[in-house]
Amino acid sequence: MRWFHNARLIDPDAGTDTIGTLLIREGRIAERDGPCPDGAEAVDAHGKCLAPGIVDLGVQVGEPGAQHKESLRTAGLAAAKGGVTTIVMRPDTDPAIDTPEVLEYVTRRAMARTPVNIRAMAALTRGRAGREMAEIGLLQDAGAVAFGDGDRVVPDTRVLGRAMTYARGLGALIVGHPQDIGLSTGACATSGKFASLRGLPAVSPMAERIGLDRDLGLVEMTGARYHADQITCARALPPLERAKGNGLDVTAGISIHHLTLNELDLGDFRTFFKFTPPLRSEDDRRAVVEALREGLIDIICSMHSPQDEESKRLPFEEAAAGAVGLETLLPAAMRLYHSEGLSLPQIWRALSLNPARRLGLAGGRLMAGAPADLVLFDPDAPFVLDRFTLLSKSKNTPFDGARLQGRVLASYVAGECVYTREGQDA
Amino acid sequence: MTFSQRHLLGIEPLHPLEIASILDLAEEYVALNRSAEKHAPVLEGMTQINMFFESSTRTQASFELAGKRLGADVMNMAMAQSSVTKGETLIDTALTLNAMHPDLLVVRHGRSGAVNLLAEKVNCAVLNAGDGRHEHPTQALLDALTIRRKKGRLHRLVIAICGDIAHSRVARSNLILLGKMENRVRLVGPPTLMPPQVGEFGVEVFDDMRAGLEGADVVMMLRLQRERMDGGFVPSEREYFQRYGLDAEKLAHAKPDAIVMHPGPMNRGIEIDGAIADDINRSVIQEQVEMGVAVRMACMDLLARNLRAERERARLREAADG
Repeated sequence: MRWFHNARLIDPDAGTDTIGTLLIREGRIAERDGPCPDGAEAVDAHGKCLAPGIVDLGVQVGEPGAQHKESLRTAGLAAAKGGVTTIVMRPDTDPAIDTPEVLEYVTRRAMARTPVNIRAMAALTRGRAGREMAEIGLLQDAGAVAFGDGDRVVPDTRVLGRAMTYARGLGALIVGHPQDIGLSTGACATSGKFASLRGLPAVSPMAERIGLDRDLGLVEMTGARYHADQITCARALPPLERAKGNGLDVTAGISIHHLTLNELDLGDFRTFFKFTPPLRSEDDRRAVVEALREGLIDIICSMHSPQDEESKRLPFEEAAAGAVGLETLLPAAMRLYHSEGLSLPQIWRALSLNPARRLGLAGGRLMAGAPADLVLFDPDAPFVLDRFTLLSKSKNTPFDGARLQGRVLASYVAGECVYTREGQDA
Repeated sequence: MTFSQRHLLGIEPLHPLEIASILDLAEEYVALNRSAEKHAPVLEGMTQINMFFESSTRTQASFELAGKRLGADVMNMAMAQSSVTKGETLIDTALTLNAMHPDLLVVRHGRSGAVNLLAEKVNCAVLNAGDGRHEHPTQALLDALTIRRKKGRLHRLVIAICGDIAHSRVARSNLILLGKMENRVRLVGPPTLMPPQVGEFGVEVFDDMRAGLEGADVVMMLRLQRERMDGGFVPSEREYFQRYGLDAEKLAHAKPDAIVMHPGPMNRGIEIDGAIADDINRSVIQEQVEMGVAVRMACMDLLARNLRAERERARLREAADG
């Protein structure tokens, strides 16, 4: 039993940001703004923020297949340090999470090795190859919370349409990667002045819109539940808005990198800034920040993609895409608070409440009865990130050397403290 | 002499005064190359390694000759046939070479930015001999020297760059250099071979070649790779030549004294009519090759000076510390 007092409670559900107390008992939130019961451990939050733990939809863990990049253990440690209390694994492991056996293997190992909750997204098609659908029903029974092929697009509309129809019958959520592969194949930057100057093969942001249009057409045809993993450009927003307005069961996510960085950050071919989809123009970045503010984009995730030095120390076109993000998600999201004027409850809706809701998980709320998955953080604490202090096995972060504000002070999963900053300097 | 660069990775980082310094020094080397002597020992004792990950005859020969005339020990490595194909990474190759203590590393690579990456990992001067679609700085400098000698100046000229702009590092380096020197740059070519939003570079874009050549002082043709003409970017060779090949009729739209340039190797009958290429009154293609050696000598000379100065400073620091 733990009683937090003098805490700034960030409640994304109620949209409030108030000083109060929170009692947790037997792994759940028991009472808000009540007195300290006998026998409870009183924790003085010193006016810092206490919010529901982050639910990170779309984390790549290298296990199985690339444990040298990230194991379940290191991902769990990084998540705890980053205030992420639920990791939703992406299926892009090797082998892919496309059978109940692999899913069970991952879940079992995760339970033994990680202090945070781990749930898995399963592949939509076998081997993520886009040809035959995976065993959606069996995977759902085994605990898969959503279905998608990671950053691979199912090229055949008939295959995707059938998978959507089948998934609808099960009420399963499909996570798509909206992209037109004809336009985007081989591209490593967003087409525009900057990519032209650097001589990099580039793709128009229109490829995302075309991919989204296609997926939304199939959603309208099949009635499936659909989540677009990353909507990163202005051009993709009108079809998204229209689909939601027409009552389709559609949500959209975005990585924190596309909300806080733009194409100019590539600088002199810095491969830590290579992403799928590539970083966009500043105009696009501002448009998606607005879409997040309005709630058109629902979910912020880290798109945690660990890559070792060898995969990144290559010419830009050949380098692997993606960045680690579990530990930088919260401080980077604080840029939206400090620089873009979003409120903390607004940000937490996208980090915690919306992903939990969309996946049917209980987290993301500060009400009595909700699981006591919490993060205690200081939204203002400034620091300069040194990538070698990250707990992730891979250190490929675009925020190396960046001035950030916002530090996690402690993380709690089911009421247990899984990380605390006490006694640490760096 | 103004030149403070450690490497020559592109035109983009250069100040106009640095460009002028290179060209001024290159003029001296043009005179030297035309004399009976042909040698200046400014790179005496230095080692120059030419690493060409893409095969090239002309550029490599030009760099080799430039190094030899300046007294460097020159080694050529044809990387296209070496351990790179056995899976060694670019960084490992760079570190291996670095252990041989070269002073000048001349690199050509098929990927944009690869030379920048390599330059971070070695402690010698690196010259970019062309990286992907990014930059080819010595080509732009030799073009600039050719223009300056023929036109008597390198500013306020109307220069039309024609052809496959999108895939051309030569075009990129040239439009940056010519823009820095305050010329009017026009890009002429089919829209499929124009980089997106290139208009924002401060250039004028034309898809009608006659309009693009109107009143031009310099017509710069680019090579079109044959594999781009089979319907991928343009429908056919003959359609391309008809619309974008330089012939007497199209050239007549330029100024009467306009010069014609080409970085070579030429596709006669595709981007340029053979008769124009051979017209000694208009074509300066042979002179470009000559300027190439002189410009590369100047670049290596300037980089070697900075390298020596840097090493001298390091030696003095060490002496002071010790």
